[in-house]
Amino acid sequence: MEILAAICVIALLAVTVLFVGAPLRRGAGEAAGSLEGRIADLEAARDARYREIRELEIDHRTGKLDDEDWRRLDRELRAEAIEILRELDELRPPVADPSAGR
Amino acid sequence: MAATVGQACLILGVACSAYGVGASLLGARRGNERLVVSGRRALYALFALTLVAFVILEVAFLTSDFRFTVVATHSSTTTPWFYRLAAMWSSQEGSLLLWLLLMSAGASLCVATLRGRLRDVAPYATAVLLGLAIFFGVLMLLSAPPFKTVPVGPAEGFGLNPLLRHPSMMIHPLMLYAGYTLFLVPFAFAVGALIVRRVDAEWIRSTRVFALVAWLALGAGIMLGARWSYVELGWGGYWAWDPVENASLLPWLTGTAFLHSVMIQERRGMMKVWNASLILATGVLAILGTFLVRSGILDSIHSFVQEGNTIAWAFVALIAVMIASSVYLVVTRRNNALRSDARLDSIFSREAAFLLNNILFVAVAFVVLWGTFFPLISEAVTGNKAAVGPPWFDRYTVPLVLLLVLLSGIGPVIAWRKTTVSRLWRSLRGPVTFAALCGVLLAFLTTAASSPASMALFVFGAFAIGVSVQELWRGMRARQAMTSERALPALTGLISRNRRRYGGFIVHLGIAVLFIGIAASSAFQDVRDVRMGPGESAVVDGYRFDYVRPTAQIEEAGGKLERIDLGSVVRVTRDGREVAILEPSRGYYPNMAPMTGAVSRFFEGESTSEIALKAGFFRDIWIAESPDISSLTPVIEKGDAVFERADRAGLGGEARSVFLAGALTGLTARYRDAPPPAQFRLIVSPMVFWVWVGSLIVFAGGLIAAWPSLGAVRDLVRARYAARVAQDLKRA
Repeated sequence: MEILAAICVIALLAVTVLFVGAPLRRGAGEAAGSLEGRIADLEAARDARYREIRELEIDHRTGKLDDEDWRRLDRELRAEAIEILRELDELRPPVADPSAGR
Repeated sequence: MAATVGQACLILGVACSAYGVGASLLGARRGNERLVVSGRRALYALFALTLVAFVILEVAFLTSDFRFTVVATHSSTTTPWFYRLAAMWSSQEGSLLLWLLLMSAGASLCVATLRGRLRDVAPYATAVLLGLAIFFGVLMLLSAPPFKTVPVGPAEGFGLNPLLRHPSMMIHPLMLYAGYTLFLVPFAFAVGALIVRRVDAEWIRSTRVFALVAWLALGAGIMLGARWSYVELGWGGYWAWDPVENASLLPWLTGTAFLHSVMIQERRGMMKVWNASLILATGVLAILGTFLVRSGILDSIHSFVQEGNTIAWAFVALIAVMIASSVYLVVTRRNNALRSDARLDSIFSREAAFLLNNILFVAVAFVVLWGTFFPLISEAVTGNKAAVGPPWFDRYTVPLVLLLVLLSGIGPVIAWRKTTVSRLWRSLRGPVTFAALCGVLLAFLTTAASSPASMALFVFGAFAIGVSVQELWRGMRARQAMTSERALPALTGLISRNRRRYGGFIVHLGIAVLFIGIAASSAFQDVRDVRMGPGESAVVDGYRFDYVRPTAQIEEAGGKLERIDLGSVVRVTRDGREVAILEPSRGYYPNMAPMTGAVSRFFEGESTSEIALKAGFFRDIWIAESPDISSLTPVIEKGDAVFERADRAGLGGEARSVFLAGALTGLTARYRDAPPPAQFRLIVSPMVFWVWVGSLIVFAGGLIAAWPSLGAVRDLVRARYAARVAQDLKRA
């Protein structure tokens, strides 16, 4: 029983060391990694702007915002979204839209 | 063998965490991605190792392996299997293991779902989370080892504390701990963001769902605890401002404030110092909550710790480090990284409403914190441990809660940046009229006006409900105008595409219902403590309670006696019409200490009140009974003496069990035949039902808000590409 326990513990130790240490043995592409990180951050920011634009529209439609304020705020948010999209386009190659060929 | 593997998992987990802290910090400082990834993997490994340890201990509980000390002291063969499963977290050792499992699970999930985002912040957050894991791992290994075993275990365990044998108790600790541990995820990311001075809204967006789920879990845990208190503890209430209850409420309050104020930072880039401070405070309060539950430093009806203050100083040290680090980070970053991008445009804006809401939440939290720690403060200053009771808490919290309920109605209808008074009134006039109408009806048709605070809460609650319903209605109409959908599809479409906003409105609706229930049930509850024998009666709030007859029975589990129930049948009538037949009782669990008498041990262990409840939409009828067993004492003592002589004469095995069963059956029959008067607590309480309904609505709203709306985002991305294609085609 004790031998079995020792084997289990050694196996756990080996698996843990292999799993945790694996990235150290690989030649991970660090530059590519940080680029991916920046793209992920920008995508999250873009999605947040989209959400805000949609919420603003609901505020307008439910009478909380008048036309003038809504247009101004909507314009600001869209400008921010465009900036984010522009930066995204600079960082990655253009993606072919599947619907474009139809 | 299992214990050895379990212990090895804990030691490996601590070692893994220590390595992970080093690798993450070194990787972040040197910009070495491989070290960062390795540190992240250490977090995943910690989760896997803790899960293995957890499963090993659960199996020991399920199989009643009493070689494990923690199993022998917290479970027994007479404990039903589903309570055996939950018995683990009634112990110090098991609950610390559960804490570590939930924390590592939440942290791993968050780090895994970042998918490359917050690349600079994440390593520091990972290091903070792993640092906390080291604390809990070392605490377990040194102070509360879950895998401590003896070569030969006892034949029977001490059993689970009878008070914890309630379905709520299976989920309540899980939910509380999930709340505490998940709040540490945004806490850790806030620390990381402050360290790298990247305090834009991205760390908030990436961890918001964890803060929301933490808030939801903690809220659910609090309400399950309240339900348990109501139906199990035998005093008739669901909230007693008990230190452990308060400990769970504190991070919930600051977490609620945080969930509101982060919207301002996401929208306007404002309140960065405040948001960082709030989530850092919430993290510290989550640890404080764990500390209060597990240290036994304050007397509580919810604490089941026997170990005393052995781990108290370790927690105090951790909390001191967390507070000092948090203050240092906020103070050193306040002038540059934490500066606001914008200013408050108007007091008639949602930002201003959120700011006020935050101040109120923090004020309530401060009152609760002060009242909770007052016994320790007074002991330090005067040498006497003086506690403050519910009236003290009510005096300060009720006005603040009133304003919060009112604000929960005003906030959703104010626009961001600024609104005009006339526009605000246009949005408010419907709910205000509805609330005023409710107030007038309540004043004339009920006795609600006799309690001004409750009356105000009813009116403000009606106002908040009116606003929430109006917002759902307006949103649905707006969607119908855009899509020509029918009402129900339009409403579900509206909610599913704007989960955060409408989930929030549903939460407000639930909170209003919940507080209406609390106001009614606490202000208009009628309680009477009476002593009644068979044939006697008492009247409470127009309801007549007749003691019809006594009940007495022996409950068995797995062929062994689990408890003896002594109680009564009570008939409840109103104006001669029968409302309910209720059967309250008290369960007596045997004392497992070897020195107690053969018969008396069945009455000298723990006893729990099995309350009888007739719950209704508008009124609960609640009875708890404490039978007087002093009349049985001479018989019990005589039985002890008889068995003592029989034991000396060598009576044992099957024959002893048969005689003992006969003696106990005779005792219960004697109680049934000649019952002494029993002490009853009779309660008629209005609207308690709505406390639970309100909680469920809050839970549903929280779930809606927390549910990720990936579909909507995909639609928008697709729409954007479509627009780009259209533009390109136009140019061509």
